[in-house]
Amino acid sequence: MRVAVVRFPGSNCEAETAAAVEAAGAEAEIVWHRDASLGGADVVVLPGGFAYGDYLRAGAIARFSPIMSAVVAHARAGGPTLGICNGFQVLCEAGLLPGALMRNVGLRFLSRPVRVRVESTDTPFTSGYSEGAIVTMPIAHGEGRYVADAATLAAVVAGGQIVFRYAGENPNGSLEAIAGVSNPGRNVVGLMPHPERCASPLTGGTDGAGVFHSLMHQPGFAHGGAR
Amino acid sequence: MPRAGLLDPQGQAVEHALKALEFQGVRDVRVGKSIAVAVEAQDAGAARDAVTAMCQRLLANPVTEDFDVSLEVRA
Repeated sequence: MRVAVVRFPGSNCEAETAAAVEAAGAEAEIVWHRDASLGGADVVVLPGGFAYGDYLRAGAIARFSPIMSAVVAHARAGGPTLGICNGFQVLCEAGLLPGALMRNVGLRFLSRPVRVRVESTDTPFTSGYSEGAIVTMPIAHGEGRYVADAATLAAVVAGGQIVFRYAGENPNGSLEAIAGVSNPGRNVVGLMPHPERCASPLTGGTDGAGVFHSLMHQPGFAHGGAR
Repeated sequence: MPRAGLLDPQGQAVEHALKALEFQGVRDVRVGKSIAVAVEAQDAGAARDAVTAMCQRLLANPVTEDFDVSLEVRA
């Protein structure tokens, strides 16, 4: 299982994301945003950070990086594609996920653990969780409020495309308390919390490891290596 | 500008600040962006079309923002 983790100028979570991927038993490769190819990766992850300094809008410029042609082709062909935080913003700007992320309702940058509920286990990144499981993951964002127009939001809800919801407290005012969504095809997932920051007992929690372990259970991939 | 119907917390913060400064009659504030693009084109219409296309493709996010193009011709 080969996972490409894209590095944009300003990304800062790619190394940690690659480490979480490898801890789950897959092979991670950090791919530069100017590369034309994903190198035959099975899975693509857009990591957290501040690609292009969030200039204009978070993810607005990164979505036009050269590597994104390959990312879009991979996603449209059904390839598992994950966007974490800034990566989620890039996927929305690229039109690979519905809706958009806006400034947090309280206007503050929030950096703390939050509880989220796994709403759907029917994605390559959540199949290893139990539906309805409450997990704790850290958020670290100033623009994490999920919005969409009424028709889009209704379609997301009706289509079962909500993957994670904030549980108990909605920290940023996201509509429907959405912390993560998928596309209709369910192969593209974006979430604002950082699973890679809670994938090892060394960093305060392991609830996020499931996102990466779920990948290893995809049909067609030999599940090898120690868990 | 942020689309109508979307919460604009930045606008609300500015509204509160204006009221704290005792400006009267402030009913609503929304905060957007002004982007100045100097473009060479055949004529005003072509310039407007070019910038409108830029707004649609990059400068505005149609999910969250409305835009308006205003033109100033310089020789």
